[in-house]
Amino acid sequence: MTAQPPEGPTPVHAKRPVRGEGPVRAKAPAPLPAPDPESALAPRAAALPTPSMPGDVTRYGPLQDARPYDVVVVGAGVVGAAIARELARHRQLRIALVEAAGDVGDGTSKANTAILHTGFDATPGTLEARLVREGHRLLSAYAAECGIPVEPVGALLVAWDEEQLAALPGLAAKADRNGYDAARLIDADELYAREPHLGPGALGALAVPDESIVCPFTTPLAYATQAVRAGVDLHLNARVLSVSWDPGATGHTLHTGRGPLHARWLVNAAGLHADAVDRMLGRDTFTVTPRRGQLVVFDKPARDLVQHILLPVPTALGKGVLVAPTVFGNVLLGPTAEDLDDKTATHSTEEGLAALRAQGEKILPELLEEEVTTVYAGLRAATDEEDYRIDSWAERRSVTVGGIRSTGLTASLAIAAHVTGLLAEAGLDLGAPTSLPPVHMPNLGERFPRPYQNPERIAADPDYGRIVCHCERVTLGEIRDALASTVPPAGLEGLRRRTRARAGRCQGFHCGAGLRELLDGELSRQGGELRSW
Amino acid sequence: MVSEGGTGVGRRERDVDVLVVGAGPAGLTVAEHLAAADCGTVEVLEREPQAGGAPRFCHHGGFGTPWTSGPRFAARRLRAATDAGAVVRTSVTVTDLPAPRTVDVTGPDGLERITARAVVLATGARERPRAARLVPGTRPAGIHTTGELQQAVHLYGRYIGRRAVVVGAEPVAYAALETLHHAGVAVVAQLTELDRPQVPPLRAADARLRRTVPLLTRTMLTEVLGRGRLTGVRVRHADGRTAQLPCDTLVFTGDFVPEAELARSGGVCLDRATRGPLVDTEFRTDVPRVFAVGNVLHAVETAATAAAEGHAAAVAVRRLLAHENREGRAAAEPAGPRLVVAPPLRWITPGRLPCDARADDSLRFLVRAAEPLSVRPTLTVTQDGRTLHSERLRGPVRTGNSLELQGHWVRNVNADGGPVHITTGTGGR
Repeated sequence: MTAQPPEGPTPVHAKRPVRGEGPVRAKAPAPLPAPDPESALAPRAAALPTPSMPGDVTRYGPLQDARPYDVVVVGAGVVGAAIARELARHRQLRIALVEAAGDVGDGTSKANTAILHTGFDATPGTLEARLVREGHRLLSAYAAECGIPVEPVGALLVAWDEEQLAALPGLAAKADRNGYDAARLIDADELYAREPHLGPGALGALAVPDESIVCPFTTPLAYATQAVRAGVDLHLNARVLSVSWDPGATGHTLHTGRGPLHARWLVNAAGLHADAVDRMLGRDTFTVTPRRGQLVVFDKPARDLVQHILLPVPTALGKGVLVAPTVFGNVLLGPTAEDLDDKTATHSTEEGLAALRAQGEKILPELLEEEVTTVYAGLRAATDEEDYRIDSWAERRSVTVGGIRSTGLTASLAIAAHVTGLLAEAGLDLGAPTSLPPVHMPNLGERFPRPYQNPERIAADPDYGRIVCHCERVTLGEIRDALASTVPPAGLEGLRRRTRARAGRCQGFHCGAGLRELLDGELSRQGGELRSW
Repeated sequence: MVSEGGTGVGRRERDVDVLVVGAGPAGLTVAEHLAAADCGTVEVLEREPQAGGAPRFCHHGGFGTPWTSGPRFAARRLRAATDAGAVVRTSVTVTDLPAPRTVDVTGPDGLERITARAVVLATGARERPRAARLVPGTRPAGIHTTGELQQAVHLYGRYIGRRAVVVGAEPVAYAALETLHHAGVAVVAQLTELDRPQVPPLRAADARLRRTVPLLTRTMLTEVLGRGRLTGVRVRHADGRTAQLPCDTLVFTGDFVPEAELARSGGVCLDRATRGPLVDTEFRTDVPRVFAVGNVLHAVETAATAAAEGHAAAVAVRRLLAHENREGRAAAEPAGPRLVVAPPLRWITPGRLPCDARADDSLRFLVRAAEPLSVRPTLTVTQDGRTLHSERLRGPVRTGNSLELQGHWVRNVNADGGPVHITTGTGGR
């Protein structure tokens, strides 16, 4: 058992509801669900240190609170949530995290390769190289602290031809220049000894032992949860439509789909839409070109086929695809890299999937015999420059975080620290930092104990022994915890990212109808919004 | 072996005589016949809150008799099992097979490790969902498998949608049409990549004429459209024509695969053709004392077929237990020849013969074709160049059902010989 309770029923605060729509909602705010008295965790949850009032999480209704925020962070992806969390250390600041979608991490952050990079292959000397390197260290430590599943499986850059083999020493030297000295070349014999299911024809590899796999869903949620618990308001379904500037008054007025928000300082972490938000601020310095990556997820029996992240060797002909295990015990194949101009084109294509299968067949032939559980596509926020675009604009009291292409998950905590520094340099008085309230996230990782395996938890609450999603072995207790959590899901998709429910091989054949029914029942019991899933 | 936790709560260890995993038609029938035959403690573990398996939500006739509905069939099988003395437990999940004959269980009452003299896997099958079929496009709401649809409508009375497209023309697709009709959903079209439906002509005509559902043959689904909620699908005919069908509901039917992950994780050898456990005619897997029965072997046959197999498997389990009682140990189970099919046949089950093969009159094999066969195809069984059996089948062969091959030729098989080949003579359409 862990020392801290999982991110479950939140401690009770008499004045403001944590879940629900905040004080400005027309309807009476939902009563906070009382911690289950039978839960062994409830007493410890109540004993959590809570030095400040948690913020509001709002999803619906107009934003009528006229009081200005000191900082508004636009975009609750992994980067925006990390920035809000970092700023939340400074308790004198009133902070809001504003998101167009209905959930945290609902854009690019939910559709990546879920790898915690060392930054060994970054372009030396770039901001990205530095922040990825620092981010790897920071997120590794944070993950251990918060229960975010991470597996340091290591990566192998597999060379399939002489050209790729010849490129490996250069990559090792580049890793050195990036301050990473653990990479080493291995020959074909060692490669096949370490990856016996690898397809024929590999000539050698560069081993990068510290590349890890991480849960991409828990990470932004942990940041947002901690930020909200430290007082940050999280406004979801609030797309920023325009921003006006009045240097005499507060500064920024953000006109959102749910009404105006006032902010002295603005952080643009809008990801794919960072260029559009920048133009709202009156600045036009870069354009985001969505680069689509389609990925195929194979079922858990495939996990035994691969021990490392199998990375392609980048060549003049472009990047190939990778094969990597996931912390959930699946195997991932992808991504494609297609430059598009539609920022909503998150659909998979016949050609893309065929290309992935052809590449996967070569890398790990047996993989294609396994069942596919999910296909998804994400859009990387690429710009015309091969580096992050993080700039402050002191006169307009804003910082823009753009061009976080595919390393945002790894670098998120370092980006947050960097942005906080830029804000201070630009003149934001941060005040003294304090410690953040601890969070402990529910474990979704296959290599760490899950509630269904934990006799103490089941003895304390039989719902942790009632498996409702069989493929992923998600228990009723975990579903209830997610619905009562600080940043609860808005629907089945959000529930899937928080619990893995319906994320398995049957995709709802066995449990889908029952889960929908359960969700409706739980939500109406809690007095929340009833939605047709 | 006990994993004791800090508070003294651990995994309870127990022994039973027979443990059945899965309380569907096959599992309940095995349990019924073993309990009735006085085979000691017979326990059935079901992970769903209700026993009965898939028939629980199949509100149409045809379960044993044309007028017996799924729920009724499920209730009868459950009552028969419990009346015979089997213990049927629900909401308990077998999570692992840590050793032969031993299962790890999670349930509201905690963790258990149950060791049995014989374990019977009857875990059933599922339909392949959209992702497993690699259908490209967006990921909107409104996409179901028949199983999910039937549960949503028949168990929970949930709202489904207004306009549906149904993918597939196996028998289960026609059940999906009925469920959609029951839920008030109009069916825009039914698609199949094959050139004809996989059901008898009368059944297909009924859907087309009485329910006025157009069946688009040789048509594949090429893209799912819509954000938030499904708005339509793109389809392509084999001749290259494409169309966009507006709909808010999409049902993927059939394309069943065995729910064999538990068996596989327990080291049970799977048949590459069926994707279910490879068993011999005694329903024995290659793991001693672990049996498998029902749709986990062959996705899928009717509930009545699964139940009949359950009956046959009970005889085999009984034989094992009786031998053990007599000799003090289980009989050795040396494997006999494999059974191998050639295209256009897809699979045969059981896929292996025991070296002590019994050819009683009830022995049946199920053979599935990959494509429809001519009106009266011939099946030929050979071993090492020797013809053991040849029969002209009575009717045409569809791909949605299996054909039965009687097993009396088994007595002519050389137990030490090579694989037994099953081929179809005429082959054509």
